[in-house]
Amino acid sequence: MKNWRNHLGLLLPLLAVGALAIWPVITDNISNRESAFTILKAIALASSLNILLGYTGYVSFGHIVFYGFGGYVGLYFVNEQGWSIWAGMLVGGISSGVLAFLLGKAILRLRGAYFALATIGVNEAMKALVNNLDIFGGPIGMTLNFSVYKAYGGAAKALGMAFYIMAGLAFAALIISHIVRTSKFGLGLQAIRENEDAAEVMGVVAPDAKTWAYVLSAIVPGMVGVLFFFKNGNVEPHVAFPLHASIELLVMVMLGGQGTVLGPILGAFAYQGMRGYFVTSDFFKDIQLSVSGVLLLLIVLFIPAGAIGWLRQRFPALRRVLA
Amino acid sequence: MQQFNLLLTSLPDGILLGFVYGLAAMGLTLIWGVMNVINLSHGPIIALGMFGTFFIFTNMGVNPYIGLIPIAVFGLLLGVLIYFVAVHRVIDAPHLSSLLATFSVNMIIIGIGTAVFTTSPYNVDFNMGSFKLGSTTILGTRLIAALISILVTGALYLFLYRTRPGKFIRAVTNNRAAAELMGVPSTRILALSFGLGTMLAAISGALIATFFPFNILSGGGYELKSFVIGVLGGLGNPIGALVGGLILGVLEGMIPAFLNTSWVPVIEFGLFVVILLVRPNGLFGAKK
Repeated sequence: MKNWRNHLGLLLPLLAVGALAIWPVITDNISNRESAFTILKAIALASSLNILLGYTGYVSFGHIVFYGFGGYVGLYFVNEQGWSIWAGMLVGGISSGVLAFLLGKAILRLRGAYFALATIGVNEAMKALVNNLDIFGGPIGMTLNFSVYKAYGGAAKALGMAFYIMAGLAFAALIISHIVRTSKFGLGLQAIRENEDAAEVMGVVAPDAKTWAYVLSAIVPGMVGVLFFFKNGNVEPHVAFPLHASIELLVMVMLGGQGTVLGPILGAFAYQGMRGYFVTSDFFKDIQLSVSGVLLLLIVLFIPAGAIGWLRQRFPALRRVLA
Repeated sequence: MQQFNLLLTSLPDGILLGFVYGLAAMGLTLIWGVMNVINLSHGPIIALGMFGTFFIFTNMGVNPYIGLIPIAVFGLLLGVLIYFVAVHRVIDAPHLSSLLATFSVNMIIIGIGTAVFTTSPYNVDFNMGSFKLGSTTILGTRLIAALISILVTGALYLFLYRTRPGKFIRAVTNNRAAAELMGVPSTRILALSFGLGTMLAAISGALIATFFPFNILSGGGYELKSFVIGVLGGLGNPIGALVGGLILGVLEGMIPAFLNTSWVPVIEFGLFVVILLVRPNGLFGAKK
């Protein structure tokens, strides 16, 4: 490990995700496992989005399209073709990556708000398209054949296994995020974020770099989609492509700090924790959305760099650890 | 022949609805044009307009077309408030900030709306009769809504081109820094533009409520339509939005004659993405 100091930033993220993965095992509590599953899912998705949003500076409002599309394709092979969940996740991730590659070639030419609008359009078009595809069950969607779980020792075992796979995916997402951040490729992305034209002059091949960032940020969501629908047992168009979930991911990344490895993890924790609290509290139950909205507004207006970004600005000494 | 008949019956309806959609999109595109902000709280404000009609007509018994006036005033004031609370600080920040700021307003309105009105559907039981035009029946409410939309568009045009604040708005649209140097009070003009945008949204919502059932979440669908229309007509071009709305209305009237209705959004959003790619300034905008 030459230059081990460069990888100090990976320490806290690994610890955080590791703790989340072990917590339900120690407490041996199914309800804790479900909470941890939700947070790990949010971490995997938000960290992936961060590659495009935080490092490259492109605001994808419809990132959930990769989750839904990959999930649909993977579940189709698991359910209709009898593939294992591993093969299903692989094909889900690959198909999301390919979709991102093709889309990226087209829409990454757009900048700023035009790109954001295009991603919304892509998500809605895909939702409407899947709604019309009989092979994917149209508006009813697909329901997993219960016998699929048998290969994994019954439904209860399969759900337990899904938790560990999700933890693995969250690990994978943050390691990809860290590698991209510390690599020369990631440096190119950050140059694009700061000034795309200047980056091109400096020799960054912006169209290619952006496309690969888009692909990298799409693969893990595709796999998460397959796993989540496998665990859920069914998939429907409006569950697979919820626009508001895309925006929730943006909020998580903003909350924690865009462009950092730890930020999306912290954001996912904070957002899911806050939501869990508001939904169950008697006082906030009815207006939980408004309270979240007020908090989001305060963050956007006053700490746009997010928690980690703010800490990095205030305490430069911590920058090595809070990467 | 059967398809042709179907087309004849659904097309006039589509055209009339298109004008109302165009009015909603005009609010969105006005705000975008003046301050480069995509107002993600557009949908909930449309929904508030719908509830405005509901309360003024169902609870107070006032004719919904007279009710448009208080709804418009409310929309204008709400927009000015939103501008100063949420938008003013992030107007020069990167797009993500203004997108999330207006989205947080969206969450606040929907949250309060859900607590007050729940998400169950509402319906305004209002009827202006109907008449036959050839083989198709035209509802009076839709015809009047389309006429009011055209009227409001005309008024907006006159305001923008014939009055002093309107000219200020166009000056700020063109070049804010230069307008400020010429003594245009840009903050007030930006707030006014935002208010006008939300006012148009509220009016269109109030009109839609006279013929469609709605709930607090229904604004979202019209917001997405507004995006499509705005891009068709050219973002930042309020008058183009009316034409864009018309195109969308015609599409919605035509497609069901040839394909299943569920294909309508596929074509709409597909077209949306393609136009963004090929002609980001809209069908009538100048080519870069």
